Order: sequence, then structure tokens, then C-alpha cells
Amino acid sequence: MPKRETGALVAIAFVLVVVLPLLNALPPSSPFHVSNFTLNLFGKFLTYAILALGLDLLWGYAGVLSLGHGVFFGLGAYAMGMHLMLEIGTQSVYQSALPDFMVWNQVKTLPLFWWPFHSALVTLIAIVAIPALVAAAFGFLAFRSRIRGVYFSIITQALALSAWLVFNRNEMNLGGTNGLADFKTIFGFRLNQASTQRGLYVATALALAGAYLLCRWITRTRAGKVLVAIRDSETRVLFSGYAPANYKLFVFVVSAALAGVAGALYAPQVGIITPAKIGVLPSIEMVVWVAAGGRGTLVGAVVGAFGVNWIQSWLTTSYPDLWLLFLGALFMGVVLFFPDGVVGAVARLWARARAVGRRAPVERALEQAAR
Amino acid sequence: MKRLLLLVFVAWLAGPTASHAQSAVKALADLALEDGDTRDAAVTVLGSTRDPKWLEFLTALRDGNVYARKDGGTTEIVVAGAKSTKGDQDVVEITTAYDRTPLGTVPLASLTEVAADRRLRITIKPFLEADETREQLASPDPEMRYGAAVKLGHQADAAAATVVEAAIAKETNARVRHALHEALALIRLAHGEPAVRVLAARTLGGLHSFEAMPALQKLASDAAASAAERDAATAAIRRVERWGLMIRTLETVFHGASLASILLLMSVGLAIVFGLMGVINMAHGELMALGAYSTFVVQNIVRARWPDWFDAYFVVALPVSFVVAAAVGVVLERGVIRRLYGRPLETLLLTWGASLIVQQGLRLWFGAANVDVSSPRWLSGGFTLMTGLTLPFNRLFVIGLAGVSVAGMYWLLFRTNRGLTIRAVTQNRAMSACLGVRAGAVDAVTFGLGAGLAGLAGAALTQIGNVGPSLGQNYIVDSFMVVVTGGVGKLAGTILAAAGIGGLNKGIEPALGAVFAKVAILIAVILFLQRRPAGLFAPRGRHAEA
Repeated sequence: MPKRETGALVAIAFVLVVVLPLLNALPPSSPFHVSNFTLNLFGKFLTYAILALGLDLLWGYAGVLSLGHGVFFGLGAYAMGMHLMLEIGTQSVYQSALPDFMVWNQVKTLPLFWWPFHSALVTLIAIVAIPALVAAAFGFLAFRSRIRGVYFSIITQALALSAWLVFNRNEMNLGGTNGLADFKTIFGFRLNQASTQRGLYVATALALAGAYLLCRWITRTRAGKVLVAIRDSETRVLFSGYAPANYKLFVFVVSAALAGVAGALYAPQVGIITPAKIGVLPSIEMVVWVAAGGRGTLVGAVVGAFGVNWIQSWLTTSYPDLWLLFLGALFMGVVLFFPDGVVGAVARLWARARAVGRRAPVERALEQAAR
Repeated sequence: MKRLLLLVFVAWLAGPTASHAQSAVKALADLALEDGDTRDAAVTVLGSTRDPKWLEFLTALRDGNVYARKDGGTTEIVVAGAKSTKGDQDVVEITTAYDRTPLGTVPLASLTEVAADRRLRITIKPFLEADETREQLASPDPEMRYGAAVKLGHQADAAAATVVEAAIAKETNARVRHALHEALALIRLAHGEPAVRVLAARTLGGLHSFEAMPALQKLASDAAASAAERDAATAAIRRVERWGLMIRTLETVFHGASLASILLLMSVGLAIVFGLMGVINMAHGELMALGAYSTFVVQNIVRARWPDWFDAYFVVALPVSFVVAAAVGVVLERGVIRRLYGRPLETLLLTWGASLIVQQGLRLWFGAANVDVSSPRWLSGGFTLMTGLTLPFNRLFVIGLAGVSVAGMYWLLFRTNRGLTIRAVTQNRAMSACLGVRAGAVDAVTFGLGAGLAGLAGAALTQIGNVGPSLGQNYIVDSFMVVVTGGVGKLAGTILAAAGIGGLNKGIEPALGAVFAKVAILIAVILFLQRRPAGLFAPRGRHAEA
């Protein structure tokens, strides 16, 4: 990567990690103050960007299109949500040690699978481990039997639908349609305090930076090269003596773990996690972030996650009817006209401009010669 | 016939009336008393006579038209008729309670009302209703007669036995006859001698009467009943239960067939497009929704313009929805999908985008709420195969439509030149093009055909489920699973996969519930793909993807 690009990325990271929180800490009267709302919104976008990075690694590099990443996002978010629910303790509406929805559903004792989430450490492990394990099991079966291309996408979409259906059920003891909400504290800090939210934001921004570095490292290793080769021709990679299934499984698991981390950071910042984040539509929306930003470039995933969600939060408040039309048009437009997304289009423009700039002296000389 | 029935009715009533006459007179006098229990008993006596005239009197009592007239020492109960004003007095025409012989006009002040309080009205109600039930038994409408028969069975009133017997003798409708037999047996079970009850229990077992289960269970555990009675009841229960199990099994099979046919209708179009172009058409569900909404529009036009021909609208709607969806499909293919040939994942995203636009368009145009599509009369109701099992016409229709569509596809693919070119392009696009097949035209026609089938499926779905903008989403993932399981480009694979997934789904639904049945299906499909990664019927040969 050229030095200039690295410099730009470091500058952006500096703005996101240091400058924005500092501006938020300014008194509200200051003209440079960044409101809590904006910072929170950015925090949400950053979690999406973490997920988009993982998805890009999977789709943009290995050519595996998952339409079920909402599930992994949801698993991370629910794992964190369960810990936060237990942290509420008896401060809940019913002043019971059980979460409120269990009191409604007349569950008398805490289900066994909730117990480990009392511990913060177990939770922190779980938000990575659970999505990774689910992805490993699912991916192992799928890649082993060489389910690829469209087949894999369809199967993951069915996974998203099934997970959505299951999480909606009350008897799963995960809050049903209403999901988990009304969190009060996170690791002892009150969530309704601006400083806690700022801390969460900084944690998210750092996590994004870490995820970016991880993905960049993976793409530059030998394995990363094999991934791109798999994307371009899996059969040839197979015939060359590599086992594409293992590489794909590895990327799938990494990407699911990143989605889990994203979900875990999402839940406390947004304050609620429901099955609506898991289903078919949210999962495929995640794909369009990557597609719009530019797949195959890690920056593209981040740009796409930010851009599309920014537009979404603007459209859904100002013109709610138009959002789905826009989303549909975005899918079609990106696929038809910008196959490498915004970043790709900008890069192409840049390259053309440089080419014009380089040609210019020659043309000037020719013109002079003609005179 | 109605009059004859009435005659039988009156003849039957005559008997009890005579024997009850004496107590009726006393009961009438009791009505004027204050004590609630006595009055209740009096009403029961009068109602039990089943005499239409007494029932008429009870109606008058309920409506507050009954008065007591003190005539010297005796109190006479009278029924009041028309009221009028004479001078400064309110006067009223009165008649006797039973025969309604006019007794002249008397001042209202000379009478005391025999008020029917809430308790009395409640006592009166069943007698009047029982009377209505008997009238319904004579109704020309079989549904009405059926309802009356079921009601009589529930009441199990000993006095009704003769009426039911008479009704059985005349009944021509098999379903009503069955219900009448059931009612008669229930009455006998409740009131007969032990020997009669044994017979009744046996009859109920033979009739596979689900209605009789509570009564039979009660008899089976009744310590006062004889051993023979209890045995008969237990045997009958076992018989009914066995029948119920068979019915449930058949029902599951039928529901499975019904779901399979819906899946098949949807996935046939999806599968041929997938086989031909390697394109998973994510907008397939929305093409279905377009078909459903076309049906809705056709229905509204027919209802507004030619209301007399309303029942025929569906016949028009089927081809219209095919054409509308096919047209949209061809536009989609020629407009955009064509440009992405050979890039299936991009096409998947593109068609998903198209589906969002169509879905939101429908929502903006027709509203987010479900629209109302009413079934034509020839599709409502059902065909009663046996006791307790009715197959709805709309489901039978969908099964039939799926069969016809698949047969049509077979004919088209294997008996026509167009089909030959479609199969050729599916097998080897480049070679077909070299041999002069216009692959682009084949793509357009096939895509249009697949889309048209989706429209047809949508039209059929209007008869079964709700019609809303997100109609397509409900089934689409299932039909993808069918295509993936069935394999590429083989109709037989699609049929088998649809039957398998539909049947399996309905088969495990009773045990696991709808949600976990779906999850189980997903797991089953993934495990199945372990053994056959390319679906049921993979193309054979020594070919490898580049």
C-alpha cells in the first residue's frame, strides 16, 4: 500500500478514535460540540463497519456470498444482551432477579443456558466464540460437500430465516419478538451517562481499527492470496493441490466472529436487540453495504457501511416510503453500473485523472511542435 | 312434506299433553305466586309439555304480556293483547292462557302483571329454543337441518327421540342423516335402558362419532353403569379413536400434498430459469405477488362491471396473472439480467433489488394492508371424503393446477421444438449458439415462462392465503430450498424435492410446531446435500467447472 494511503487511513482513524469523542466531551454550548446523538449514531455505523469488513473478507476476497450474516451479528448481540439483562438484577420493573420478559412469560427460574452470562469474562469470550462455533459447524458441512456459489447463498439465507423464526419464539427464553432491551449498566457503568456511551464509542472505533488491521493482515498473507485465487477459480485451486474448503471455512469463521463482535458492541449502544436484526432482509442489506462501498477493498466495506446507513437514517426519517425503493435501486445500480462500488469508481476516476495529467505535457509538446 | 312433518309433530305432541293437562293447570296458578322456586317449577312443567300452545304462552310470559286477574277468591292467569285508551282509562284485550279464548276488554288497573324476572326468563329459554330446533329439523336447508341435528344430540333430551326418528325416515341428505343417527344414539345413550345404551354405544362407535366422546367417556367410567355398558362404551371409544387417528393421518397426507403442490407451482418456474441461466431469481416471490394482485384487480373489475358473472372472474384472472407476471419477467430479463450473464451472485443481488422495488411499489399502490380476494362459489366448501374428513375445493384446485402446470411444462420441454432448444441451451450454451439456436431469445422466452408460472402460483395462492405486498416472502425461501435440493435443470428433481419437503414439513409439524419444523427442514436439506451436493438429479458426465 502506498505511503500516502496509509497516511490517510491513519488520519481517518485518528479523527474517529480521538477527535470525535473529544469534540463530544466539549460543553454543548461550544460550536464544535458533537452531540451525544451523533456520536451514538456514529458508534452504530462503526459496528456495522466491523461486520462489513468481515463480510468483505468473505465475499470480496474469497468470493463466498453469505446471506445470513445477520445471524452471527445477532448471536453476538444476544450474548452481550443476556449479560446486560442479568446485570440489571432487581432494578427491573418487576424487581425480580429474572429479566422482565421472563416474569411476563411466567418463567420461574433462570434457564440453564443463561447462567454462564452472569460472568463478564465468559460473555466476552462468548461473543466471539458462539458465532465462530456456529459458523464453523455450518461452514464445515456446507464447504465439505462443496456447496458453493448460489447454492451457498441460498442455504445461508435459509439459515437467516430459520434463526429469525426461532429467535421470535417465546419458549426460547430470549425475549421473543421484543428481544432484549432496557439495559441499565455495562460492567458496572451506567449506560444512560454520556461518558459511558463515549467509552463504548471509543471501544467500537478501536475494535474497527483492530478488525481492519486483522483483515489487512489476512489478505496479505499467503492464505489471502489463495483466497483470491479461490474466488477467481476454485476448481483450479483445488487441482493445484490446495484444499479450498479449509480456506473458505477459516474466512467464514473469522467473518462470523467479527460479526459477533459488531453485534456485541451494537447492543449496548442502541439499547435493544430484537430478531428483526437477524432475518433475511437485514442480512442481505449487509451485503449491499459491501457492494456499494466496493468489495475486494477493505476501505470500501467501511465506506459502504457508513454511507448506506447514513442515507438510511436520513431517508427513513424524512421519506420513509422511499427507503425500500432506494435500497432496491441501490442493489440494481451498484450491480449494473458500479460493480466495484464507490471506492472502485473513485479509484478509476483518480487513475484516469492521473493518466490525463501524465499525458498532458506530451500533448503540450505536440501542440508546440505543431505551431 | 313440511306439512306432513308438522302433522307427525302434532300427533306426537298430543299424547304427553293429555297426561300433563292436570299439572299444567296447577302450574299456571303457581305462576302468580311470589316464590321463585315454585314459579320456576311451574315454567318447567309447562315447557315440558312441549305443547305449542303452552310454548306460545311462555313466549308471552317472557315478553311481559301475562297478567293475573283476581276474580273474587280465585286468581286467573290471562294473556294481554292490544292496549288502548278508553276515556281516562287504559284498557286491554285479554284472552285465556291456553286456548286464547277472548275474555273481553278490561281496564289495565284491574290486572297485576306476572313479571318474568331474569331467573324466570333463563328457565324459559331452553324450552323455546328446543322448539325452534324442532322447526329447524323441518327446514328445506340441509345446513340448517344439520345444525339442528347436532344441537339435539348435544341436548340429548329424551323427549326428542321420536322427532329424530321421524326425521331420519324422511332425510335424504347423507350428511344430515349421519348427524341424525348420531343424535338419536346420543339420546338413547343418555336415557335408555342398559341394553339400549349398549346398543347406542355400539352405534356411536360405528358412526365414528367424535361428538359422542365426552358422553362415552362418562359412561365408561360410570360406576353405576353395568359392566356390559362400560365395555360397550370403552369399545366404542377405541373405535372412534382409531378412526380419528386414521383421519389425522389422511389429513396430514393431504396437507402435505397441498403444501407440496404450492411449492411445486412456485419452484417449477424458478427451477427452469436456474437450470437454463444459472440465475436464482430472487424476484420470483414478487412476480407471484404481481399475479395475486392481478387476480385482485380482475376480481374488482368483474365485480363492478359484470356482477352476474362474478363467479367466472377467476377463470379470467388465471391467464391475466400469467401474462402480467410473464411480461414483467421478460422486461426484467431483457432489460437488466441479460447484462449479467455468467455472474450468478450479481444476478442474485440484482433480482433482490428488483424484488424490493416491486414489493414497495405494490405497497405504495395498493396499501400495506392485505387486500380482500373472495373465492368464487365453486371453490368454496369442500368434498367430504368420509366422516370427519373434508377436503377443501381450493386446496384440491391448487393440487390440480400444479399437476396441470407440470404436465404443461413436460409437454413444452419434451414435445416441442422450443423445448428442444431450451434443453439444448441448458446443456451447452456455446454449442447451441454455434448450431444456430438464438440463445438470447431462448433466455427471454424461458424467463418469461418461469415468471408466468410464478404469476399463476400467485393467482392460486389468493384462494388459500392472504394477499399482501409481502406475499412472496412467505414461501420464497422454501421454494429456493426445493430448487437447491432438486438439482439443476431437471423437472423430476424439482417434483420430488417439492413432494419431499412439503410432505416432511407437514409430517413433522404436529410434533415440532411450524417453526421448528422449518428449522428441521433446513438441517435435513443441508445433511442431504452432504450426500448429493448437486441435488437429487445432478447432470452426469466428465465435466468440471473451469
